[in-house]
Amino acid sequence: MVGNTPIIMRGLNHFFGEGEARKQAIWDVNLALEGGKLTVLMGPSGSGKTTLLTLMGCLRNVQEGSIELMGHELHGASEAVLVRLRRRLGFIFQAHNLHESLTATQNVLMGLEVQGAGDRSKQLAAVHHILGLLGLADRVDYLPQNLSGGQKQRVAVARALVGNPEIIFADEPTAALDKDSGHNVVQMLKALGQSRGVTTVMVTHDNRILELADRVITLEEGRVVGDSKPG
Amino acid sequence: MSTLLTWLFGRLPIGWLQLSHNRMRLVAAVAGVAFANLLVFLQLGILGALNGATVAPYALLNADIMISATDTHTLTDGSNIARARMFQALGVPGVASAMPLFLGTLEFKLPDGSVSKLQTFGFDVERPGFAAPEVAALLPGLETENSAIIDTKSRGIPKTAFAGLLAGKPFAFEVNGHTLSTIGSLAIGGGFTADGTLIVSDQTFLRLFPNRSSGAPNHILLKLNDGAALPVVLNRLRAVLPVESVMVRSLKDAAYADYAYQTTQRPTGIIFGFGVLIGVIVGIVIVYQVLSTDVADHLREYATFKAMGYPQRFFLGIVFEEAIILAIFGFIPGFLVSLGLYAGLRAASGLPVLMDPPRAIMVFVGTLVACAISGVIATRRLAAADPADLF
Ligand SMILES: Nc1ncnc2c1ncn2[C@@H]1O[C@H](COP(=O)(O)OP(=O)(O)OP(=O)(O)O)[C@@H](O)[C@H]1O
Ligand SMILES: [Mg+2]
Repeated sequence: MVGNTPIIMRGLNHFFGEGEARKQAIWDVNLALEGGKLTVLMGPSGSGKTTLLTLMGCLRNVQEGSIELMGHELHGASEAVLVRLRRRLGFIFQAHNLHESLTATQNVLMGLEVQGAGDRSKQLAAVHHILGLLGLADRVDYLPQNLSGGQKQRVAVARALVGNPEIIFADEPTAALDKDSGHNVVQMLKALGQSRGVTTVMVTHDNRILELADRVITLEEGRVVGDSKPG
Repeated sequence: MSTLLTWLFGRLPIGWLQLSHNRMRLVAAVAGVAFANLLVFLQLGILGALNGATVAPYALLNADIMISATDTHTLTDGSNIARARMFQALGVPGVASAMPLFLGTLEFKLPDGSVSKLQTFGFDVERPGFAAPEVAALLPGLETENSAIIDTKSRGIPKTAFAGLLAGKPFAFEVNGHTLSTIGSLAIGGGFTADGTLIVSDQTFLRLFPNRSSGAPNHILLKLNDGAALPVVLNRLRAVLPVESVMVRSLKDAAYADYAYQTTQRPTGIIFGFGVLIGVIVGIVIVYQVLSTDVADHLREYATFKAMGYPQRFFLGIVFEEAIILAIFGFIPGFLVSLGLYAGLRAASGLPVLMDPPRAIMVFVGTLVACAISGVIATRRLAAADPADLF
């Protein structure tokens, strides 16, 4: 890690499609994101927010330019290196993507088991603790089908946080929720992130969330067009 | 179950949780595997009975070498052979003794008008050494004209007919216009070509089959001197006898050739062998269908796990876990129903349709392998789980 700057992008370009259909989605992005902060990515639909997030999150291969993630160059990194790095990250998706046949506890446990087998009772204690922090103490053994949308998204937040990730990537985590529970989820995410010193990068359209952000980056047609610190 | 598997794998048993979450799919898959097992067991049971019935008559004989006509495939389908060959064979060093064997089929008329076909053996009562011990013990009794040893497991013959016999009273019956009286019984059982077995002396045999002659038996059985090497004597015999008309084989080889012929050349063997293949394919297709639908239904979840840092082998593990669960859950009912089916077949046909442990183990291992193969094919769909598409 360079200082406390877990994500550094230099001369980043990204293309989709081949031949005639080849289209550039990211244009020469240069950004350094500081640790422990909540950074929000904004911009109109199709501006490249998700593409940028998946590149930073090791879910897409870097084609041109460089991303240094927690001190590791992602350009040309092997699949094994990417898989190992992903275990140090947390993802929260627009859809909760919980496993339908696992209970809330089991879903969150998946976020711990990826680190390898451990003391089961300690793991369960950690899972129940974080579900409790997110107000789900009485829902730990529920299947997703028996939880409300907001509760499901909070289980997904718990799953992303339980492994103590160094960076959290969230792509419109509140899009499927009503305003209040959406705001609630983000507030919990921010509070937990701050107390644990987690770096958070979030894509959102929700203006109320901007108030919570440490930094707001605006994209348009794949280019960074705005970079501000509210408040 | 879940706790047990968690302890076993050292992780959450995702495969089991996934399968048991969708009860309908689980029941359908288990029923499919059970059905495929049943098919395979049924075919193997009949095939096994066919094979058992094929080699069973050879077990009544006790000899080192059997000389037969070259057109022989089974015990009964070859031409007769000249008794002169026996005298030639006796002149070969290493051959100790010989016996002509007579075979024919008699129709035992039942009171209800139906017939029971009996495979009839004509033995030389003077040379009991050529019969299996349990037959040899009864041979002296056959010296009496028109006496016979009857098979108490013959299909069609009412069990009451044997009641008196077992109590020591001879039982008389009529075949080919001759009245035979039984002096003993054996439990052998029918096969695919005959309903049971009848053993008589060669003299009685020739009276029962007036168009057969003592100079033309079906086979010639030979015994070797102590210390004579079987392959050496076989070669000497082949050098002496006309190979274009007679075949010289060890009795074991003859039985094996018959068995191989029944299973690979005859329609019955081929049909049942094919049935086994169909059963296996049905099983693989059903399991593949279930597993690949299951993978397809969980692509988003799997992509999420990939994003979380789970490696490819984790997903292969889930699919294999499911495959093995289906194999075990399907095998148990398939096996139990097959046991019942075997009992029914035995009662209805008198054939030795038996569940031997090696077969049960082989089918179980086969089920595991088939399910694993289906799993391997189904995992190809995993490639479609791309975490970059989750957003
Ligand atoms: N898998 C893909 N194949 C081809 N083109 C793609 C793919 N994913 C994104 N694009 C294109 O790349 C550009 C950026 O897309 P991206 O999804 O990053 O935008 P976004 O800012 O997240 O938009 P939204 O707010 O609608 O989610 C768009 O023009 C889009 O059509
Ligand atoms: Mg997007």
